[in-house]
Amino acid sequence: MTALTAVRHLLWKDLVLELRTREILTAMTIFAMLVAVVFNFAFSPSPADSLRLLPGMLWVTLAFASTLGLSRSFVLERDQQCLEALRLLPWDPGLIYAGKFLSNLLYLLAVEALLLPALAAIAGVRLLPAGGALIGVLLLGSVGLVAVGTLFSAMSVHTRIREVLLPVLLFPLASPVLINGTRATLGILGGWPWADILPGVRLLVAFDVIFVVVGYLVFEYVVEE
Amino acid sequence: MAATATGRATAASRGFDWREVLIWIGAALGFSGLYMAILFAPEEATMSHAQRIFYVHVPAAWVGFLAFGVVFLSSVAFLWTRQRRFDLAAHASTEIGVVFTTVAIASGAVWGKSAWGTWWTWDPRLTTTFMLWFIYAVSLMVRAYGGPSSQSARFAAVLGIVGFLDIPLIHLSVLWWRSLHPLPVVVRAEGFGSGLPPEMLWALLVNVAAFTLLYVALFSLRRAQMTAQDALSAQREQQRRHTAGPGAGMREGSR
Amino acid sequence: MHSAHGRGSVQALALQEITKCFGPVQALRGVSLTVGDGEALAVFGPNGAGKTTLLKIAATLMRPTSGTVRILGADPSHQAPQLRRLIGLVSHQSYLYAGLTGFENLLFTARMYGVPDARARAHALLETVGLSHRGGDLVRTYSRGMTQRLSIARALVHDPRILLLDEPFTGLDRQAAMAFRDLLLAMRGTRAIILTTHSIEQGVAVSDRVAILVDGAVAYEAENGARDVGTVERVYAQCVGVPA
Repeated sequence: MTALTAVRHLLWKDLVLELRTREILTAMTIFAMLVAVVFNFAFSPSPADSLRLLPGMLWVTLAFASTLGLSRSFVLERDQQCLEALRLLPWDPGLIYAGKFLSNLLYLLAVEALLLPALAAIAGVRLLPAGGALIGVLLLGSVGLVAVGTLFSAMSVHTRIREVLLPVLLFPLASPVLINGTRATLGILGGWPWADILPGVRLLVAFDVIFVVVGYLVFEYVVEE
Repeated sequence: MAATATGRATAASRGFDWREVLIWIGAALGFSGLYMAILFAPEEATMSHAQRIFYVHVPAAWVGFLAFGVVFLSSVAFLWTRQRRFDLAAHASTEIGVVFTTVAIASGAVWGKSAWGTWWTWDPRLTTTFMLWFIYAVSLMVRAYGGPSSQSARFAAVLGIVGFLDIPLIHLSVLWWRSLHPLPVVVRAEGFGSGLPPEMLWALLVNVAAFTLLYVALFSLRRAQMTAQDALSAQREQQRRHTAGPGAGMREGSR
Repeated sequence: MHSAHGRGSVQALALQEITKCFGPVQALRGVSLTVGDGEALAVFGPNGAGKTTLLKIAATLMRPTSGTVRILGADPSHQAPQLRRLIGLVSHQSYLYAGLTGFENLLFTARMYGVPDARARAHALLETVGLSHRGGDLVRTYSRGMTQRLSIARALVHDPRILLLDEPFTGLDRQAAMAFRDLLLAMRGTRAIILTTHSIEQGVAVSDRVAILVDGAVAYEAENGARDVGTVERVYAQCVGVPA
């Protein structure tokens, strides 16, 4: 039996639990929609402004919504000390990280699939011409957010101030995702030349690679006793 | 530095405390640096005397980053060896680093205000320093609220490693961002080594040396304090155990 | 005080001079215990004695501050994942997902341990602990006694050579406690067992040897034949310094 199979089983467990109650997905989606609406109240963007503001609104909304899902995902392991049970399994603790990373990523992508069209409709921005590139940037950014978010979620769930600690940890450290994600999204929607957008995309890729690897390696230090 | 009471007493009687020597050297450098900054260095063309805060801002920022480098190395050492002294080193360096970084940001803001009329510019280096400040602040939060010290020490170490690897990425990201939105006022880079007249460079270097020595002295002092505190707690625990006798009461952290 | 058992060349589980510090607090102070294959050891002790810490270290969940752990002669600090295959732990908490059914919990665990034909194994275990009729219900709906039975089934999924149980009788009513005791008795001799408990009566009934842990150190240990509950209770009272 390979490590990959073990991760698959971990993912199965998370998905069965989530699909049965759908509490994480529902909470994230509704929260994301609400934040988007609040943004519109706050800025009342004209159609001309919308294009400029959409990337920022999108990424900030995702950053906040992701903290909801990320914290829930480890809270459910806290109940009945299931995280300890996972650590008893004959696998490298990094695999627990891999399983959680994948399930968190899937939840975030699901929310994005719903949020993006909704935001575009509200803002009156046409997304389709840029479709593929946009999805690519969203994927890269989501991987980054979830890579560090999963690690910090595991940390914060062990503290008294978990609801506060996760966003406080995530936002500064995931700032490259927010900076590069928003600029790259803006560039794609604004039809900038590819060469102008490339540095941001490269930084996203670098961030993803570095922190997925680092997350996998240091996770055992976060969950050990 | 001698860790035991007898060791320290011996060192004191010998009259040699390298920390004290460092502080004296640092003070000397500090005063020279101050003199050079205020009187010796020539007036800067565009910004006149207000520019002199640069001799505080740059060394403070430098030490802020140096301290974080020490946090990173100590964190790695701590996770690798589990020795408490590395955790104490990381903790001490975090505390001192946040102070210097605060000074760097404050002086940067003052400089900005006097030179360009705004308290804040999104200058890449200043922005990265600001993000470093946040990472320091969160690190202190984790140490304060991260649960029992054995746990929070590990968390802080992980954060030290992740944060250190993140800083270059943050800086590059901000650079790209700013390159897309050039500032309305042209911000001359602090120009470390690039086009600075020699007197200014000297003044800067002396101040950098002074600040670095100050960091080393403070770091070593704080670490010694923490080690002593540890020893005190351990002694108290031993005493409590002796007076209480076997089987008495519950102890935190054990079941 | 520690015992050396000449039974076989390699003990199932050997703890030597284990100390564990949490900051300045010392939870375990030089504990040495060995358990042979097929042997059952009951560990008694008041709250705060370090029983749970000891079990967690034996299960490789925690690293000792100093001392050695040997599982079938091997050192877990180098080979922890493989050695964990040999260990099963029943903890205070159930280790069960309330949102999954009893069957799904066992299936997941069986799969994660790489048990061949996981589904069949899960069904078989449900049968063994008498929960087949509730296997399709969410664990959320189980009673405490049922949860306990499922926990032990979960710990046995991979047929561990070493079974560790942390105060498993807590919160069980008389009937459930007896059923659980019967389960343990049925397993006698098939694997090494360490059991911590407050109930001296239950502990003596299911074990071959007993030990008393007080304030992080072994205060008493008795060989085979220490089956007399009264004796153990008296010694316990002495060690702890209060009437039992």
